[in-house]
Amino acid sequence: MADGPLVVGGVTLASRLIVGTGKYATYSEMARCLAESGTDCVTVAVRRERLVNAAGENILDHLDPARYTLLPNTAGCYTADDAVRVARLGRELLRDLGSTAADWVKLEVLGDPKTLLPDPVGTLAATERLVADGFTVLVYTSDDPVVARRLKELGAASVMPAGSPIGSGQGILNANNLRICMEYLKDGDPDYPVIVDAGVGTASDVAMAMELGVDGVLLNTAIAQARDPLRMAAAMRAACFAGRQAFLAGRIPRRLYATASSPDEGRVGSRT
Amino acid sequence: MSDPDALTSDQVRPLLVNGRSCPLPPGRSLAEVLGAAGLAHRPVAVEVDGEVVPRSRFDEPSLVGGERIEIVTFVGGG
Repeated sequence: MADGPLVVGGVTLASRLIVGTGKYATYSEMARCLAESGTDCVTVAVRRERLVNAAGENILDHLDPARYTLLPNTAGCYTADDAVRVARLGRELLRDLGSTAADWVKLEVLGDPKTLLPDPVGTLAATERLVADGFTVLVYTSDDPVVARRLKELGAASVMPAGSPIGSGQGILNANNLRICMEYLKDGDPDYPVIVDAGVGTASDVAMAMELGVDGVLLNTAIAQARDPLRMAAAMRAACFAGRQAFLAGRIPRRLYATASSPDEGRVGSRT
Repeated sequence: MSDPDALTSDQVRPLLVNGRSCPLPPGRSLAEVLGAAGLAHRPVAVEVDGEVVPRSRFDEPSLVGGERIEIVTFVGGG
């Protein structure tokens, strides 16, 4: 069934899944799972090169930048300063690769290592600085609608509320907050991309998010740490499609009482 | 008694590359630092004292010693 593509910061993505590249057993398993998921945009982290093992494999040996839009994250940053610094290093790596979307960054400014919840003050500050520096900022945030609106006002290309804490597999904990986020972010701007980032545990979480009308879902652990990652990648692809189609199709309202699907007319037997 | 860590005027301070001490190469360039680490043709980005240096400037004899250099690449992440 026809559906428009996901457009973020002027870049058109064929898939509405953005998939992380962390926590796979091997790079080759990662590559197979990414292909199976149908994604064309993947997140990567920026880390120190291991000088002791320079001849070792690099993730880019297994990721074709012509096939995937690479979205560098600022994971592990707890201050706006660190996030801006890591974003600039990621941009330099993308430029060196000749990426057409070299100014893309998935901004994370974390507040707490136990929950990995975002620090809203640092996230707002870093968003403002990165937008001023020409970045296309896709920003990880909580499901707080007020913060989400502030991030959009500061120029974020996409606001990405968490369904639940990173890697927790708890799914969508507060669908109502996501609904309000979307109402605020899409008011007068229906194509503004809202992407659920983090918390997905299984396929139904993706379907639920997409049924709410979000534009995409970003996930990593749910595939990488599944018992059978390749099969879960296929499940996520199907769930994303199913959820999106259901959203576009428009679900029936919930009713307290039953309504018969078979006609009342012509029934055989005694009527109650 | 002299301080063994004190530097005399003819000594050059080492570089600090990804947190490790590393001698300043004779040509004073980032290209040499990367070459010595086997990273000349690898996908890396380099920051010197907090500023990103593009690959087009790796051959410049810009290092004087004592710089803090970060060499980074992409790894798996979410």
